[in-house]
Amino acid sequence: MARRYEKPVIHRLHVGHTNKFGFASPYGAKVRKSIDGVPIEELVSRFGSPLFVFSERRLRQKFREVKNAFTLRYPHVELSWSYKTNYLDAIVAILHSEGATAEVVSEFEYEKARRMGIPGSKIIYNGPYKPIDSLRVAVSEGARINIDTFEEIADLERVADEVGKRPKVAIRVNMDTGIYPRWSRFGFNYESGQAWDAVKRIALGGKLDLVGLHCHIGTFILKPEAYEIETRKLVELAYRIEDEFGFKIEYIDVGGGFPSRNRLKGIYLPPEVAVPPIEEYAERITTALLNNLRPGDYPLLILESGRAIVDEAGFLITTVHATKRLPDGRRGYVLDAGVNILFTAFWYHFNVEVDREVSGGAEPCVLYGPLCMNIDVVEDRAHLPPLPRGTRLILSPVGAYNVTQWMQFIRYRPAVVLIGENGEVDLIREAEDISDIVSRERVPERLKPKS
Amino acid sequence: MGDRLTKLAISDEGFIFDPETGNSYTTNPTGLLILRMLKEGKGEEEIVKALTEEFGAEEEEARRDLYDFLEQLRAYGLVEGV
Ligand SMILES: Cc1ncc(COP(=O)(O)O)c(C=O)c1O
Repeated sequence: MARRYEKPVIHRLHVGHTNKFGFASPYGAKVRKSIDGVPIEELVSRFGSPLFVFSERRLRQKFREVKNAFTLRYPHVELSWSYKTNYLDAIVAILHSEGATAEVVSEFEYEKARRMGIPGSKIIYNGPYKPIDSLRVAVSEGARINIDTFEEIADLERVADEVGKRPKVAIRVNMDTGIYPRWSRFGFNYESGQAWDAVKRIALGGKLDLVGLHCHIGTFILKPEAYEIETRKLVELAYRIEDEFGFKIEYIDVGGGFPSRNRLKGIYLPPEVAVPPIEEYAERITTALLNNLRPGDYPLLILESGRAIVDEAGFLITTVHATKRLPDGRRGYVLDAGVNILFTAFWYHFNVEVDREVSGGAEPCVLYGPLCMNIDVVEDRAHLPPLPRGTRLILSPVGAYNVTQWMQFIRYRPAVVLIGENGEVDLIREAEDISDIVSRERVPERLKPKS
Repeated sequence: MGDRLTKLAISDEGFIFDPETGNSYTTNPTGLLILRMLKEGKGEEEIVKALTEEFGAEEEEARRDLYDFLEQLRAYGLVEGV
């Protein structure tokens, strides 16, 4: 028994053929034995697998990096946390403690921000559907409302009368910044004159104070130049409004959309190369402001960055449950985490790390989730050595959009933990059990199982 | 296990050459042991026993991995499918 056991593998040699996967080293997988100093095995033995793990240190670091990039270049900056990107209480508490206000797009998110102690005046209320009851609350509490439709202008005028207040509002504008797809379904179009019509309509009504302009051009935008165009167009519109209608535009909200260091499908360069640093975005936006603003005028610059701040703070630990050889020769793994909790698997090739050294050459493989559904593919082109059952994989970055867009489907949603700056580990969302799913169900008496 | 396998040239370093197709392959020490035993006409039980004795593998894992290795050989057309 002299030699160490290694799973038997055979690889065909391709002469002069480089690794078609482009990025993964064909030998040896990346090994990660801990997150922020806490061993993977300890996390799993305490909280189970799969497990979402957030790093408070990384989150604070990233928030400060984004904030500093702008505050070093412009005197009047507000970062407003995009709740939909991640609205776990513990996560938003960290961001609010760093000074972020709240950017919400539903009454549910609004309520969540309020119960985290955020006053209405520090909430930005966005979105195409704002039920009138929610506008009543928002106006009464002095929230900043970015109007999306002509109907919403009328609704707000009605609320203004009822509440006896002059709401401070902004309009959301969509425009051509050279980015595709163009998010033209939100707000009022710039080029067609629709935005100008909205301004005229607000002035005509005489019940609302137009104090801001908002735009969000899209998400995972890899072209910083687009923000320069966006900002310049917003400043031009702001002065036209001020000059013709006498409103003072107090804030310019350029939205979010900055990329995280994730590997977008269809982009073959590694994120370190493909994703421009946040400073480039800050430079474009603030240059456009400083070049186009009138002397002495420094309206508040608002940013609603979501994924660039939280994505890289999140990891998912998952466990290899089974292996099978596919008819095309590739190896397939069945993991305990699937696309129902990893929505962003549809857009990204995650960074896949292994919790231990595994000997044997890497081979192309597919990572399947546990769902009995054909779409449950977490990664279709991983390159890993033969993994024994029970191996833990660590997928990242997964901090943005997954713990909000996840769904209870077939399986329970797993626990989420937070590693604090001193290495302490806290449960921030319990794993679900059957009571989470059935507690709101009702069975008519006649259908109840007879005991 | 068919002719194809018996014609393969297999080196001690785990380099394999298929004279029929001109394809070459590499394998690791456990794969090499399995290939040699298959060439000698050995059966599943004997191979599993050898993997446990020579490499200290658990019997269940060795059997599972042997099936997987045979599937790899089939995928490359080195042995015939059932
Ligand atoms: C209005 C608005 N602001 C901010 C964001 C956050 O975007 P990102 O995560 O791309 O920064 C979104 C996301 O869709 C949004 O719709």
